[in-house]
Amino acid sequence: MTPVEAAVAEAYREEWGRVVATLIRLTGDWDLAEECAQDAFVRALEHWEHEGVPRRPGAWLTTTARNRALDRLRRDATGAAKLREVTTLMAADEASPHETGPVRDPVDDSGIDDDGLRLMFTCCHPALSLDAQVALTLRTLAGLTTAEIAHAFLVPEATMAQRLVRAKRKMRNAAIPFRVPPAHQLPERTRAVLGVLYLTFNEGYAATSGRDLTRQGLCAEATRLARTLTRLMPDEPEALGLLALMLLHSARVATRTDGAGDLVLLEDQDRSRWDTDLITEGAGLVEQALRRGRPGPYQVQAAIAACHATAPSHADTDWAQIAGLYGKLHRLTGSNVVELNRAVAVAMADGPAAGLAITDGLEASGVLEGYHLLPATQADLLRRLGRRDEAALAYRRARTLARTDAERRYLTRRLASVEAAVEPAGESVPSGG
Amino acid sequence: MRYLMLICNDETAAAAMSPAEQEQSTARYIDFQQEMGSRGLLEGGARLRPTSDATTVRVVDDEVLTGDGPFAETKEQIGGYYLVDCKDLDEAIEVASKIPHARFGTIEIRPIWEMDMP
Repeated sequence: MTPVEAAVAEAYREEWGRVVATLIRLTGDWDLAEECAQDAFVRALEHWEHEGVPRRPGAWLTTTARNRALDRLRRDATGAAKLREVTTLMAADEASPHETGPVRDPVDDSGIDDDGLRLMFTCCHPALSLDAQVALTLRTLAGLTTAEIAHAFLVPEATMAQRLVRAKRKMRNAAIPFRVPPAHQLPERTRAVLGVLYLTFNEGYAATSGRDLTRQGLCAEATRLARTLTRLMPDEPEALGLLALMLLHSARVATRTDGAGDLVLLEDQDRSRWDTDLITEGAGLVEQALRRGRPGPYQVQAAIAACHATAPSHADTDWAQIAGLYGKLHRLTGSNVVELNRAVAVAMADGPAAGLAITDGLEASGVLEGYHLLPATQADLLRRLGRRDEAALAYRRARTLARTDAERRYLTRRLASVEAAVEPAGESVPSGG
Repeated sequence: MRYLMLICNDETAAAAMSPAEQEQSTARYIDFQQEMGSRGLLEGGARLRPTSDATTVRVVDDEVLTGDGPFAETKEQIGGYYLVDCKDLDEAIEVASKIPHARFGTIEIRPIWEMDMP
């Protein structure tokens, strides 16, 4: 790659979403915006070679894309009315670059990159299906191609193309506004944006055991978008929490599978191979977020991940604090899976009997019926209490409910070990790993 | 931007309301219509008689086929509608959320397909 190609590639990663966002605001036409942005990057390859890389690549690209849009509208006979509208908007833009619309609200006041934030909220509008929200975010904000997104979500390219066409059509026909929602809608809509980014990250994370680099790339894209969001919404502690959570998960990604692609439990992971830079940054962000005094599910999950990531070993982990954090998370989310995780942490802090009291309560209430990790956790706690017959029964129950071969293989190994009445070294049920 | 808001709910529940509840519901609708009317958003609307009073009509091979009842048996039925003119979908969502039956049933927002008449 030549230095200019590298500069264009970097600009693409950093500026694509912003260029598209500004063009959408000016023209109201998502397809035109994408095509003109694409053109601008192609021209950058030629021009930067001769004229050097501009001091502000983003501004150069936006201006070039804007001029391209004007050309296109001029040549298009039906574009005459649109052209007047767009030139008026552009003139207003030049007169005052930050006064970009009638909607002003607190998060807009930073004046930085309003268009990027508008685009993020519009892509994640709840009137669109979640699938469509994710696809639009990756195409329009992150600049992934339709083929790449289709590949990442394991659907045919034609299906993904159709999904994007339908989403853009609905946006136009139903008049989904291109803006940051007003203050009274902001909390709900921010949750939607965070949810889309987290879902995207998890898709990539789930693929990290395989050799599929496109899917794994979703982690990096989601992390980059989360980082952008923390810049655009500096007062939103949940955005910081989400970014921290992603960094802390990423720090351990290399150690979570073995050579054969099987999952390695948290307690068996080689901690010397964890990425300390990511851990330091992630843990710092968690503290920064929690200092705001407005905790939320992402901050608490990140705090739990930070406890694990900064512990010298599995045994020397602050399990009491983790149990407390799971309790907090349960109050925030009402999730019974979180309560199960709390049972595991309580068992580590106060002994298996204390954990078992919680899992027995979950079983009695029936809220996790059919979820294999409930009997698997009970089995593990029973084994540690020396109640091997009951443990074997619970392992069998878990194995019937398990969904993947890897899980069934694992449970079969555990079952064999309690039936042989031999205490295996260093294996237990996954705890948030 | 014009939208049709279809008010869908279980009409048997509506039929089972006591006179006091009906009065309360009517009062809520009057409040809603006053607010949206004063904001200049309301273009029309009506409450519909139940599906037991519905008639379906189809024409097959030039023959008019008339039937009793609604088009499809569903758990929720269209009990009324409003035609509104809003700035964008977000405003339409806000209006829909204030229709009294949004608390008991579902409001379906359908953008009007505007035709360019010559």
